[in-house]
Amino acid sequence: MNAPNHTGLPEIIKKHETDLLADWLKEQTALATRQQVSLKEGELKSQCSEFLRLLRKGTQGNNPDISTPEWAEMRELLTSVSRSRAQQGFTPTQTATFVFSFKKSLFIRLRKEFANNADALADETWTATNLLDELGLFTTEMFQKTREEVILRQQQGLLELSTPVVMLWEGILALPLIGILDSARTELVMQSLLQKIVETGASVAIIDITGVPTVDTLVAQHLLKTVTAARLMGADCFISGIRPQIAQTIVHLGVNLGDITTKANLKDALALAMKQSGLTVVNTKKLKEMAA
Amino acid sequence: MERIPILRMGDFLLVTIQVDMHDRLAMTLQDDLTRQIVASNSRGVLIDISSLEMIDSFIGRMLSNISLMSNVLAAQTVVVGMQPAVAITLVELGMSMPGVRTALNVEKGMMLLRECLDSDDSEVEDDAS
Amino acid sequence: MMLLKSESLPIVSEQDIVRARQVARQWAIDLNFKLIDQTKFVTAVSELARNTLIYGRGGFMLLEAVEKDLRKGLRAVFEDRGPGIPDIEEALKDGFSTGNSLGLGLPGAKRLSNEFEIISQPGEGTRVTIARWT
Repeated sequence: MNAPNHTGLPEIIKKHETDLLADWLKEQTALATRQQVSLKEGELKSQCSEFLRLLRKGTQGNNPDISTPEWAEMRELLTSVSRSRAQQGFTPTQTATFVFSFKKSLFIRLRKEFANNADALADETWTATNLLDELGLFTTEMFQKTREEVILRQQQGLLELSTPVVMLWEGILALPLIGILDSARTELVMQSLLQKIVETGASVAIIDITGVPTVDTLVAQHLLKTVTAARLMGADCFISGIRPQIAQTIVHLGVNLGDITTKANLKDALALAMKQSGLTVVNTKKLKEMAA
Repeated sequence: MERIPILRMGDFLLVTIQVDMHDRLAMTLQDDLTRQIVASNSRGVLIDISSLEMIDSFIGRMLSNISLMSNVLAAQTVVVGMQPAVAITLVELGMSMPGVRTALNVEKGMMLLRECLDSDDSEVEDDAS
Repeated sequence: MMLLKSESLPIVSEQDIVRARQVARQWAIDLNFKLIDQTKFVTAVSELARNTLIYGRGGFMLLEAVEKDLRKGLRAVFEDRGPGIPDIEEALKDGFSTGNSLGLGLPGAKRLSNEFEIISQPGEGTRVTIARWT
């Protein structure tokens, strides 16, 4: 807690930079063999020397709080190290080893440097160990974050897969929604519908909720907002397939679907959309029969 | 002084807003447009906002006002090309601009204006007969 | 919460509102905000900057890029030494305005933000803080 006002770490790192780097690399290679992971030597070396440079820079500021701007470059380095290790399939332990393995090399130097000053040795060791622990934990955190990002990306991918916007006719889009709608999914779906309207220049969009078991207030509001946003963009938006229970819920929730055009099923909504676009469907067989 | 150009195309006026407008510029546009409608006896106004990256309540209100004012001056206004992100944000902000006619792009906006004018004209003819 | 960078911008003219929007947009792009989030944040900034200018008789905006729990975000603090708001609850209702506006500024900015805080003392000024996360 009581970090000494001035730490000798930057000088020591500067003085022994080459040795520290060599020791540390050897240590990591040994650990890597034990943990059965393969490290790219060139990449590792540049990461390590960069780490040393930034550690020296960071400790010069005498600020042990690694969330401060002085440590910004260090955080960036560790983020990129954990990112690349996470992608290569390292475990969190193997990733954090990058930082923790440095302790041994550093402490050996400290012991030699402060051989005659037990107090200073204790202080410096304490400062160094705290700092390296923090940096190591940060590395693990970043590792976790990278993994979470992957999961998030996959979730988003799934969401987008589960809600395709289809073109029913020139100028008429449909968004058949299936499954439980939560607020996040509804929002994403709505954005992609509006985006598709711009891309295709479709002037009518139908949101079909036949496959949606329940609608809560938030989802109903999102539907409402989407219809309004589509109107601001210059497109009409209908909602079809509202089942009796959902109609009841909507009324009970007090959501006013006022100006929204709703249809019992997709067929009726399509018929209306075609009528609005000036399109008619003709049964040519019947026409022929009548002519005959 | 900085001004947003108003183009005259037959019976219609076309305005393309491409700059991030400060409030006074928006007010000037409102003045210029109403004056132009009268001066050139225009029947319709097309405002293309497809390059606008943001509409706040001030600009939103200006668009609503232009629509209302043009109506008073016997002209129709169509706002075209609003971007999805802008539309969602406006709705969230609480502005649904109920009186404003919209279209996806200039071409569709022009069609909408023609339709409006045709139906107006036919009403006049009906009344006359 | 980690502070990544911050900048203070004066809000004393209409041009400053435009400038506030532009800086906010650039920072949102730099933090990889999605287009919809950029737009929401910039619009909220525009509303609040205008309030600072018109009702607060000028002031400044402090824009901060922050990181919390591994998420990046933007925070904007609007401060003025104007007359203050006597009834904040009232001011947060849609359609309430003491000036000639739609009264959507405050409640709208609140809806467009993930975090919203307002502190005001009549006669001493107003401080509004908003934040939006990636």
